Amino acid sequence: MTMPFYVSPEQAMKDKADYARKGIARGRSGVVIQYDGGILFLAPNPSRALHKISEIYDRIAFAAVGRYNEYEALRKAGVRYADMTGYQYDRQDVTARGLANWYAQTLGSIFTDQLKPFEVEIVVAEVAEVAAEDQMYRITFDGSVNDEHGYVAMGGQAEKIAAVLKDRYTEGATLPGALSAAIAGLAAQANGDRLDVMASQLEVAVLDRSKEHRTFRRLTGSRLEALLAEVGPVAGTERTGAAAKEKKGTTPGPDADQADGEPDGPAPAGSSGAEGPG
Amino acid sequence: MDREVTSGLAPAGYLSAGTSSFTDFLNSAAPQLLPGARGAARGLSGSDSVYAAAGSLAGDLPHGTTIVAAAFGDGVVMAGDRRATAGNMIAQRDIEKVFRSDEYSCIGIAGVAGIGIELVRLFQVELEHYEKLEGRALSLEGKANRLAGIVRANLGGAMQGLVVVPIFAGYDTDEGVGRIFSYDVSGGHYEERRFFSIGSGSVFARGSLKKLYADGMDADAAVQACMQALYDAADDDSATGGPDITRRIYPVVAMVTADGFRQLTDEQAGAVAQSVLAGRMNLPDGPSSAQRQIPGPTSG
Repeated sequence: MTMPFYVSPEQAMKDKADYARKGIARGRSGVVIQYDGGILFLAPNPSRALHKISEIYDRIAFAAVGRYNEYEALRKAGVRYADMTGYQYDRQDVTARGLANWYAQTLGSIFTDQLKPFEVEIVVAEVAEVAAEDQMYRITFDGSVNDEHGYVAMGGQAEKIAAVLKDRYTEGATLPGALSAAIAGLAAQANGDRLDVMASQLEVAVLDRSKEHRTFRRLTGSRLEALLAEVGPVAGTERTGAAAKEKKGTTPGPDADQADGEPDGPAPAGSSGAEGPG
Repeated sequence: MDREVTSGLAPAGYLSAGTSSFTDFLNSAAPQLLPGARGAARGLSGSDSVYAAAGSLAGDLPHGTTIVAAAFGDGVVMAGDRRATAGNMIAQRDIEKVFRSDEYSCIGIAGVAGIGIELVRLFQVELEHYEKLEGRALSLEGKANRLAGIVRANLGGAMQGLVVVPIFAGYDTDEGVGRIFSYDVSGGHYEERRFFSIGSGSVFARGSLKKLYADGMDADAAVQACMQALYDAADDDSATGGPDITRRIYPVVAMVTADGFRQLTDEQAGAVAQSVLAGRMNLPDGPSSAQRQIPGPTSG
């Protein structure tokens, strides 16, 4: 009879966590930020078909980074959970809190029970009648939940982005204001490479407080281009930003996730028409 | 939060690739939540006794009555009276039997109200569920087919007297026309041309619509025709309710066009009902077919 090598639980958990973190760090980060009319979701994503940001329920949306197949499975599970709860009880009984708890349980048990943890980080947000009651939860691969306010960054570069957002976020900002802050935040992960702020390279969606019934709207095409034009050049997207000085050789590039089937296309380091001064 | 997660792992089904159908998911994850007699989807054998018991009660359960639908130039109109009857009693005066099923379709139900409303809720979730999972809405044909499956699942209940029959109408965004589908309890579904009606007063309503319907009529004329048809149904069928002037309860009128679903407000529906009533003061049997006198556009 062969005996498996002994691995201490601490070591096993650490290995799993390291594995998951590495996987998540390969993809690019996303931002969820409040504005006066609702909640804005922003993620670099050149794909029009494979979404990182999705509708879950009337007032709840989902954003994720990491491995596409895994967060897509989680998204579908979330829609099933929400629709099941709404069907069984009532539409108003589906809450972001409930969904975040459900995700936490699910991710937590996958992390402990299964050989391979999910390499994902997700945000569940719910828009309320008033901004003060909006809810945002960040759930990581091991099932830990963070209750966030104002803004939340997810992904391998989340801390760097959050540092920028902390300076730039203002309560009750307009949509262009919040978008500007979010783009500046995302630019911080580029390590000096400019962030491509073309409409075709960004996935943008909102939970619009003023809408009835289903509040989720994708901002695409001309509407997004007009909004980006309104935002104008964002300081953080310049090549010589503070982020460039912090560049570390060990940090994987933003486009190193190709092999993992991430929906992200190659991140063009080149310039684009809609971009700020380089 | 949810009893299913107490075991730690998400229950089977949630994380599986699965289908994009909510009904299929419900069938595997929580079949007890399906409408109709519990587990009707499992066939006729399992719960015959439940059906038999329910069947003997069926006459005492609230039943929804007449729904009419008419296609017009830009879309389709559906209208339903507000009465539910239990035997010879009026169970409810203001029941709603016409619903928005999604942005481009509506559904009306006749038959046992409890099961019918549950069926509508399931259908609404079904359409939205598919849209969210797939990122695009079903085709109108696809929606009609899906509804057929849901109706068929209640066949066991229908055999024992818990009959529910829907009528489905929507705007076909591909072809740019309003279309109407009728159903039977076995899940058979048939596309209807121009107009259709279901429920206890449907015979009278259809006869009325036959005379009042004109090809290429506009939305206002279609709403008028439907309101006249409901009045005629209420005139001759004891289970169909007419406009209730004293309580200001008027038929529910829904409209689906390229702009999406819209339900007339009480004021709008009331105005149309009032104009129909005003006409009947002079002509109790309604406009004559020979003249095709459909009152002109109203504020509706």
